[in-house]
Amino acid sequence: MTEKSGADILIEALGDLGVEVVFGYPGGAVLPIYDALFRHNAAGGRIKHILVRHEQAATHAAEGYARSTGKPGVVLVTSGPGATNAVTGITDALMDSIPMVVITGQVPTTLIGTDAFQEADTVGITRHCTKHNYLVKDPAKLGNTIHEAFHIATSGRPGPVVIDIPKDVQVATARYTKPGPIRHKTYRPQVKADQSAIEQAVDMLAAAERPILYTGGGIINAGPAASQLLCELARITGAPVTSTLMGLGAYPASGPQWLGMLGMHGTYEANLAMNKADLIVCLGARFDDRVTGRLDAFSPYSRKIHVDIDRSSINKNVRVDLPIVADVGHALEDMVRVFKARRHPKPDLAEWWRMIAGWRAVKSLDFAETGSEIMPQRAIRALWEATHKRSPIITTEVGQHQMWAAQHFGFEGPNKWLTSGGLGTMGYGLPAAIGAQLGNPKALVIDIAGEASIQMNIQELATAMQYRLPVKIFILNNEYMGMVRQWQELTYSSRYAESYSDTLPDFVKLAEAYGWKGIRIEGNDQLDDGIAAMLDHDGPVLVDCRVAKLTNCFPMIPSGAAHTDMLLASSEVSGEMDDEAKALV
Amino acid sequence: MHITEEKTQRHTLAVMVDNEPGILARIAGLFTARGYNIESLTVSDVTADQAVSRITIVTSASAHVMEQIMAQLDRLVPVHSVTDLTALGPHVERELALLKVSGHGEHRIEALRLADVFRARVVDTTINSFVFELTGGREKIDGFIALMRQVGLCEVARTGIVAIARGDKAI
Repeated sequence: MTEKSGADILIEALGDLGVEVVFGYPGGAVLPIYDALFRHNAAGGRIKHILVRHEQAATHAAEGYARSTGKPGVVLVTSGPGATNAVTGITDALMDSIPMVVITGQVPTTLIGTDAFQEADTVGITRHCTKHNYLVKDPAKLGNTIHEAFHIATSGRPGPVVIDIPKDVQVATARYTKPGPIRHKTYRPQVKADQSAIEQAVDMLAAAERPILYTGGGIINAGPAASQLLCELARITGAPVTSTLMGLGAYPASGPQWLGMLGMHGTYEANLAMNKADLIVCLGARFDDRVTGRLDAFSPYSRKIHVDIDRSSINKNVRVDLPIVADVGHALEDMVRVFKARRHPKPDLAEWWRMIAGWRAVKSLDFAETGSEIMPQRAIRALWEATHKRSPIITTEVGQHQMWAAQHFGFEGPNKWLTSGGLGTMGYGLPAAIGAQLGNPKALVIDIAGEASIQMNIQELATAMQYRLPVKIFILNNEYMGMVRQWQELTYSSRYAESYSDTLPDFVKLAEAYGWKGIRIEGNDQLDDGIAAMLDHDGPVLVDCRVAKLTNCFPMIPSGAAHTDMLLASSEVSGEMDDEAKALV
Repeated sequence: MHITEEKTQRHTLAVMVDNEPGILARIAGLFTARGYNIESLTVSDVTADQAVSRITIVTSASAHVMEQIMAQLDRLVPVHSVTDLTALGPHVERELALLKVSGHGEHRIEALRLADVFRARVVDTTINSFVFELTGGREKIDGFIALMRQVGLCEVARTGIVAIARGDKAI
């Protein structure tokens, strides 16, 4: 067998792993890899490289691709600034458990440690923002390392894996054979649940008077079948379903047992049901501070079951009565099977549903409208009305618009909602939409954005144009970093320190400068037509939708407050908080 | 506003890891990143093929944080096993210290006398100095060092704690 260069081994291994798209940006320390990719594709290979305009965007695009297809996202960047620019997206993928493999170039092994040009300690910098990382110093180990990296990124709790490859290792030669199935000597995620725990969980569900299914991004990660199983479990138990931001779409928003999202900007019925429940079944979620609110007041009357593939998530924030370490898809399958096998009748939850109906009647997502000014919530609902039949993929940036999208855009299935949940990264939405569109060429992909966030990766307008990706950007433009301003109103007596988006560009002209279509919507009378024009255009469109400037996102549980202390409207805001509350995120 | 801290208890952990570059930084970094403390950390390879290292970590944590430390360590890819020796039961903890003591006359004689009481060995000497080697638990070594300070201690090197469970079972 002939020897190949490290760069050729890498590209061949990516081909063997079924990689179709790589998001990247070339540079000195990855030139051999780019040349290998060029030759691979010239010889009939099918690894499409997407040239982003900033390495951070490559990582978010890979996340969008991964989240919308279930396949790992792949990133290729150079050493030094290429790698450091990717760090935000790598951290984002770690927080949201997104499978991603990032290949970084490195200075040659002989120069490592000499402060060489474009040298950065990539494995050192990314050690704690990756699930695992490698510095490969021997081309003979490259092939196995790449296969192992994909195995680690995509199995167990998914996450980002970095492979740092010095330039001399890309050039040096070695043999490569496609390895068989990976059996890692230490890394063996527990996928199947302990059966006695499943039986106990089913008994608890059958006996509960006020159960609730609290679901999260783990169900999305477990694949579409897990969402089906969740619907089945909900159907046979009759329990209400709520979800974290990351889990939206696992249970359909039109489903009869859907309570809406829970947590800081969740619905009144979801949070009150969590508070009054006697049994919480947490499925692939992690009791995040945005969900629990004040911990000592969190769901005081309930017993808690927690299904998670990551043992470290269990008892991290909230102590649970029954931990189940497993892939949530497998656990759901087992729970449904055991529930049916035991011939449990559907529990009588009439009284529980009567309580829920009372909370639903509060209509916590309602909002007042006056005049021709567009309320941001109205804009989201209009967007939903015009597009939901096409089951669009929605991405977001971070802030008020993200929460309004989560509250008012109903998701009917998994993999349609891509948002930066854990890290809260402004600038996520546009590159994520690009990645999602590449993975789903026929889908309607819309980035619901804010005028501040969109500017954080605005350069990616060029990427979408270059690859003829018909993504849509729908900016809710209120001329403020709205969530910052909202917190300043809540906490600092409306002293708006630096939260006004001054000197905004003309977004329509900006879109046109990049070859996009630009549309401005300035009043309720233009809303439906503007959206229709956006959908009619067979190419990328940016919509600058001017909305009411000072609207805030409600309902809201202020930081450090209990689920029962929800603010439903701005009239309930006092404008000052004590130091304990000020110190919370 | 004041910042309050939880009550903690001392635990000794044995962590078996793949002997690969960066593993120590991975473990130590996990502790700093998540705000856990390290009182002592020692590492050395323990298998014939030098493929596996044993890291002994002494940490102080509440029961809740301790559970997290175990789980967080366990989910690192190169970690084979994590054992809380303190929770497991009786175990032996040892540390080795080297102490350089310099002086003349009465101090020098007293240093030798104290070393004898502590069963420290003299491993180097000059006309006006000794190097003592002492093995034992942390308190014994702390006690010896405190005494030696009064008779001319000028330098200390300690290994940190290694520990192993009593009985015939291996971890």
